Amino acid sequence: MINVLGRQGRPLEGQLEQRAKMRTENLCVYYGSLLAVKYVSLPVVRHSVTALIGPSGCGKSTFLRALNRMNEVIPGARTEGRVLLDGHDIHDPSLDVADLRRRVGMVFQQPNPFPMSVYDNVAYGLRIQGIRDRATLDRIVENSLREAALWDEVKDRMRRSALELSGGQQQRLVIARVLAVRPEVILMDEPASALDPVSTARLEDLIHDLKREYTIVIVTHNMRQAARVSDWTAFMLNGELIEYGPTERIFTNPSDPRTEAYITGRFG
Amino acid sequence: MRRASREWQRLGERCMERLLFAGSLSGIVTLGAMVVFTFAAGLPVILRTGLGRFLLGQHWRPLEGEFGIAAMVVGSVFVTLGALAAAVPLGLGTAILLSEFAPPWVRRIARPAVELLAGIPSVVYGFYGLVVIVPLIRQHLGGVGFSILAGSVILAVMILPTLITIALDSLRQVPDSYRQGSLALGATRWQTVRRVVLPAARSGVVAAVVLGAGRAVGETMAVLMVTGNVAVLPESILSPVRTLTGNIALEMGYAAGEHQQALFASGIVLFILTMILNGLIQLRRVGRVAR
Repeated sequence: MINVLGRQGRPLEGQLEQRAKMRTENLCVYYGSLLAVKYVSLPVVRHSVTALIGPSGCGKSTFLRALNRMNEVIPGARTEGRVLLDGHDIHDPSLDVADLRRRVGMVFQQPNPFPMSVYDNVAYGLRIQGIRDRATLDRIVENSLREAALWDEVKDRMRRSALELSGGQQQRLVIARVLAVRPEVILMDEPASALDPVSTARLEDLIHDLKREYTIVIVTHNMRQAARVSDWTAFMLNGELIEYGPTERIFTNPSDPRTEAYITGRFG
Repeated sequence: MRRASREWQRLGERCMERLLFAGSLSGIVTLGAMVVFTFAAGLPVILRTGLGRFLLGQHWRPLEGEFGIAAMVVGSVFVTLGALAAAVPLGLGTAILLSEFAPPWVRRIARPAVELLAGIPSVVYGFYGLVVIVPLIRQHLGGVGFSILAGSVILAVMILPTLITIALDSLRQVPDSYRQGSLALGATRWQTVRRVVLPAARSGVVAAVVLGAGRAVGETMAVLMVTGNVAVLPESILSPVRTLTGNIALEMGYAAGEHQQALFASGIVLFILTMILNGLIQLRRVGRVAR
């Protein structure tokens, strides 16, 4: 149904099957009677960055939130179809949703540090798992902040409120908070949209570094950002997946005229 | 023509401003006058008796010129603490349930219902206490029934609306992004409430408790009807007590001279108690800004 073509225009399906950390099969998300995501089947390749692009309201954020069942927080939202994580359906009743969300972390559009200290923010996810040991917490907090390229800026203000940090620092703090619980996949919903250009550049560098350890899915409305940070790009329109493939090919040689129209800026 | 109407408009504007200013000024002046009057009427008796003997004296014999209000202070404090002990867990629990777990339509029904509870006249609560609560206590727990317990139960119900609505408002003001951030880290809904939402709403929750306490301390009629009004230090929660407010209400009809001054003096004590409670909230606010 979807045209998945490799760099030289060869089909990639079989190869992707093995490299997929997650995949959706005919995923539909309803808000009440509105079908916001329509029969989307998409692989998320392990240790790579997958970008979801498309105009506002195309369902890309909703799709993203379906990957860790965050849509369930919204009253009236309903999901159909399968979402597989390492081959297991995340809607399986034997799977604990809190455990799923620990494995599939999320970074939101607006930085949302909790109103507590820098340290407590990063330690939050560990404490709710019952980890109390001071030395363990200290070690993981420091490592997570280093990984999120924030340690040098905050090491002397760990006890200060996280709300005193700049927007860019807050977003990296939130990423450190996610990293602290050792997720396997990180979902990012327009993580740079509230940031200035310098902070955005730092965040993009960070995403680039993180994909060695993690699998990342990023929603962005900024096509140049998608081209810069991602390995795979999916273009969505009106809730449908229009085209998916290696970022380089999507941006140089899209096979669907609607993709071409969008990336050349004719709408959206 | 147009210029004239503009003139009128400006004049009307000025009149309105003056009127509003006068209105707000009259409120402040009234408050000031009451404070001055109460202190002028009550302070001499306190000074004559001595602050220590007035506050800690166990004997209230107004006709013999002995004015010790310790029993009443203890009565007010215990009835209030008892009311808080019942109302705080119940009220906060209700607020948390409505804010965090109940679907929106339940909130839309429950909130006005709770507010309606606040509109019932206190004498009705007192009457209910007299007819239902007091006999219940007498039959099942012993004593005369008129007691700290009866007063606390009635007060608890009366301050619930204050507690619930203020706590609910402060919980609803916590941004949803905090909840989502916590859930997305693998927290359960209860962990999210306890570790993120409640701490973020803390100042509002404290305000709810303090305002509830203020209402409990100041309530007169309902308490008067169920506590038995004996001006003696209580031995247990089943003992009858007299509160500071009850004392004033009971004796103001026949008090004269020094006796009347002593009632004003207990008014001063009440006034300071409420000031302290309100001060607690203000302190918290200032503290937050400074941080």
